[in-house]
Formats: sequence, C-alpha cells, structure tokens
Amino acid sequence: MYVAVKGGERAIENAHALLADARRGDRNVPELTLDQIDNQLALGVDRVMCEGSLYDRELAALAIKQARGDMIEAIFLLRAYRTTLPRFGASEPIETGDMDIRRRISATFKDLPGGQVLGPTFDYTHRLLDHGLAEEADVPTPVTAPADAGAFRSVADLLADSGLIERAQPGNGEVGDLTREPLSFPAGRDLRLQNLARGDEGFLLALAYSTQRGFGRNHPFAGEIRYGEVEVEFFAEDAGFAVPLGGVAVTECQMVNQFTGSATEAPRFTRGYGLSFGQTERKSMAMALVDRALRAEELGEETGAPAQDAEFVLSHSDNVQATGFVEHLKLPHYVDFQSELGLLRKLQAEFYARDPQSDTSLQDAAE
Amino acid sequence: MTAPVYNFAYLDEQTKRMIRRAILKAIAIPGYQVPFASREMPMPYGWGTGGVQVTASILGPNDVLKVIDQGSDDTTNAVSIRKFFTKTANVRTTTATVDASVIQTRHRFPETALTEDQVLVYQVPIPEPLRFLEPRETETRRMHALSEYGLMHVKLYEDIARHGHIATTYAYPVQVDNRYVMDPSPIPKFDNPKLANCAALQLFGAGREKRIYAIPPYTRVKSLDFEDHPFEPYRHDAACELCGAGDSYLDEVITDDRGNRMFVCSDTDYCETRRGMGFGPRAAPDAVKPAHD
Repeated sequence: MYVAVKGGERAIENAHALLADARRGDRNVPELTLDQIDNQLALGVDRVMCEGSLYDRELAALAIKQARGDMIEAIFLLRAYRTTLPRFGASEPIETGDMDIRRRISATFKDLPGGQVLGPTFDYTHRLLDHGLAEEADVPTPVTAPADAGAFRSVADLLADSGLIERAQPGNGEVGDLTREPLSFPAGRDLRLQNLARGDEGFLLALAYSTQRGFGRNHPFAGEIRYGEVEVEFFAEDAGFAVPLGGVAVTECQMVNQFTGSATEAPRFTRGYGLSFGQTERKSMAMALVDRALRAEELGEETGAPAQDAEFVLSHSDNVQATGFVEHLKLPHYVDFQSELGLLRKLQAEFYARDPQSDTSLQDAAE
Repeated sequence: MTAPVYNFAYLDEQTKRMIRRAILKAIAIPGYQVPFASREMPMPYGWGTGGVQVTASILGPNDVLKVIDQGSDDTTNAVSIRKFFTKTANVRTTTATVDASVIQTRHRFPETALTEDQVLVYQVPIPEPLRFLEPRETETRRMHALSEYGLMHVKLYEDIARHGHIATTYAYPVQVDNRYVMDPSPIPKFDNPKLANCAALQLFGAGREKRIYAIPPYTRVKSLDFEDHPFEPYRHDAACELCGAGDSYLDEVITDDRGNRMFVCSDTDYCETRRGMGFGPRAAPDAVKPAHD
C-alpha cells in the first residue's frame, strides 16, 4: 500500500554522506593535498580556472578535489563561488608582447625574432605509457635559459608592419561583461571572445574541427602560440594611475587566416584570436578558429555552417549551463508525464475504438 | 583558506537590486520576458536557479517560505532549495500553503487558492513559448514585439488536424492581459485556469535563459484555443485514494509489477490537510486496470 513519501530530507543527507565517503575512498591511501593537485595536475587546474572564469590556483585545486576529478563539476563549483565576489571593474588590457615566455612557437615562420621556444609540451613525445611513472622517481632538473627580454613581438604584429594582415581593430575602451549583462544578439566581438574563453573546451574543439573539415572553412595557419606569465594592472581612480595586481599565466593563439579584400581594400590576411588562462593550448587554438568563423558575416563570407552561427555557438558553449539543463532531466517530471499519459491514453482509446474499415475518424476530427 | 561569509539569501545586495528592477519591469509589462543578468548559483542551471534568484531577491527576514516540486514539499529538489534558504537566509519554512508568504514552485500551482499576501515564484526552464517553433531568440523577440502569434495558432491547429486534440498537455501557452503570449512554465494545463485573476503576485524566473516575467494580481490570463476547440483542463477522472479529493490534480503511482496503480493528490499539503480534517478514501477504490489487456 502506497503512503505519501516522506523522508526526502534524510535521504539527501545520507546521499551526501555517501558522496563524502566515496570522495575520500580507501582510508589507507594518503589523502590528496591541494598542493599535489596544483603541481601535478596543473593542466586540470588551468582548465578549471579558465572555464571557471576565476584565476586562483588554490581554489581551482580545491574544486577539483571536491569534484572528485570531474572537471565540469569543478568548473561549476568555481563559477558558483565567483558569483559571490564583488566586481571592482575591468583591468587594463594585458600586454602579451611583454610576456615572460615559457613556450612560443610559430607554424608560419621557420625562425623569427626570439626564436621558437618549445617549453614544456606533450607535442613531440611518443604517447607510450611510461611505466616508470607508476613509481616515485627522481626527475632531473631541466636546462633553462633566462628570458630574452623584449625580443618576442607577435607574428601578427610583424605581418601587420608590412600590411599583410588586417590591423587589430582598436576597441573603444569599454568591454562588455556577459556575467553582468545578459548576452543579446548580435553580440560584439568582445562578448563573443569572453563567451568563447569561458566556453567548454570539448565543444569549441569540435566546432573548430568542423571548420577544418569544410563546415565554414577559413584556411588557418597557427601564426603563433605563446604561453607564459603576464602582469595584470588595474587603473585605480583614486590614485590616478594603473597599479599592478599580480601575474597570470595565459596561452595566446593568433591564427592567420585567408585574405579578404575589396575594390577599395588590398587583400590581407585576417585574424582569429584565442586567449585562455594557464597552459591551455587546445582551448586557445580552438577558440581562435571559432572566433574567426564567427567573423564570417563581418568579412562578407558565405555563412551557414554551425561554427559561423553566433546564436548557435554562443548559446551552447557554456558547459555549466549545458550540464545543468541536460542533467535536470533527472529531476522528477511526474506531473507533466501524467498529463502526457492522460492524452496518450485518450488518443489510444480513440484509435482502438475506430472502425478498422474506415479511415476517416481522425480526418473528421480535423474538420 | 578561510570559509567565505555569504550575504543574506546568498546574493549580494547589488545583484538583488538588479533583479528587483527586472521584477518591477516584469510586473509593469505583464507576460513580457525581461532579460536580467542571471548569476551562477550554487545549484545547477535547470534546477531552479531562476526561481532561486527571484526568491532570494524578494525574501525578507520575516517571510515564511514554502518550496514545492511536482506539488510536493518532500521531493529532493524542493528539500534542497528549502535547505538552501534556511542556511543562507535563516527564514522560517513551512509546508502549509496557507502559512507561506513566498512559495517557490516547480511544475505545479497549489490546489489551495492563494491570497494577496502571497507571492508564487515559478522555476522556468524555457521561458520562450515560441522557442520550439522558432529556435532563434532574435526572431522570437521580434515576433513578440509585433504580436505575431499566428505560428502558435498554426501549431495548435496542426495538433488538432493530426490528433483530433491539442497535443500540448503541460507548459500550455497563455496570453496575458490580451498582449503577450507566455509560457506558464511546465505546469499541467489543469493548473492554467488558476493563473487568471489570481490574488497573489506570480513571478517567473528562468536562470539559464536569463529572463524574468510576471503576472500581477488580478490579471486576465487566457489559455490559447479555438472557438470550436475550446481549452479543456485535463485531470484523471478519479478521486485521490488517500483523501478522496475529486478536484485535485492526481499523480499516478505504480503499486506492483502486475499493472496495478493508484491515484493520489500531487499537492501533498492539500492531501495531508484534508486527511487531517478527517477526509479519507472514498468507498473501496477500484484498482485501475491497465489500458488494453
């Protein structure tokens, strides 16, 4: 015999206790520290900071620990925390030209001022499982060189010097913030880039890939990818000058794409731009390809591919929104389902009551 | 690392003011979807973040809060949201509809009539009634601006042509104050008539989609229909098998694996109150038989 269900509250508490237990796992295994996550799962921390829109390695490490390694859950935790922080304003634009370079490569020039700096990368490794890592082992100290100050002008700037690529359009100083104003369409490039920077790496990766396979092809070259630390400054109204807030590590990708031109304009390469927190090259490159795809209309190109559709891309890039709405299907829908059942039973009853020789009953109903 | 201290009802006062401005605008233009800068909340999008932000913005320390999901106070998400406000705002909570000053709901309008002292806050997944006819926001906003609702009527007509009935059973579109077509959120259409001329203020919050809309008290709300196919609220033709109510919306509960089921009130407070008053099952309820065996 059914009685009205009671005890939801206790069931939830018990579920939380089970979660805490599963998170900790075998008590004989030492517990993870935030330092371990920050240092040894650093790229995970980078991704969580980037898509979580909050640059704080310790909080991101905490989120990863709390989320049991579920990255989207960790991003969600960081975003929810971010909501509670006051917003003082926007920083001065960072100058990636002054970056303390840890890695910088160009696929368009064999050599260039500053040179190719490979830095810490998986790129040239053979993806063979290293069983040596299963045990603790000493890691030799790598060879490094002091940064070559000022020698790292961006490839896009070098091309711009000779008029071969479009000039970066100067902004009017005002930048939008889609966490403070709801996104509306058409969205300016500042808001599009903000959306992409927060967007899900997997989603952007797939969209970027689709442009390479012909759905909105934009002939990209990786003009330059650089990763390193830049200083962030904030213009303090009271002081009347910009004060340094600290350094952030970022990855910047400048894609060089096929030229555009018109009767009055000489043909020039065009730009796609990606910028992301930490060492997040896949994300930054995908972002640059999608940024360029979203400029199709502005550049007078044929549109129609998914990656060129701003409303489609920007409305579905946020994995916190996406996971929430997909997973909300787990919530009860008894009431609506009951309504559907009612209608379905009625339609079935009418179907079975229909004279099988005649096919007119539904037609009649329509008239 | 120190634990953060959260403001009353979680949101900071600046954010609350921004949401209150959106609410005021929504009340001034009944049924119009007001964009607002929805924040990331500590519960997932799609799980009531819009309703939670609206509630957080209107809640005062003397309010008494009731939270229901599917009409029940004890469903997991209702429990979770109620606990959230107990924790962050320390407000009194209740399960009794008559004792609540703010009721946050998902998918139901309570059976008990609301009063002028109450506010009903709906959680809304997709605020745009035209969304499944036209996926682009740029288009649907234009259609609303021009009151271009022909597409919706065509959809309802096609339902009739295909099924003999309008096949929308929940989130059934309404027209508010003879102007905006509005999604009443996924309540069963059984609840639609209660939205009209309601004494309480009704607020709708869609967090993921960043929209707030409202029906002020005593406003005309009409479910879309045709003269020859008038709107019909649906309820299963049975009485609640716990309290005997013949006028409440019913949940169907499967009681064994032989196709037996029973029908009980979806509004648990309504059902409990009736049972407290001495109502019980009507004489020997027949087990409902499966449809075609």
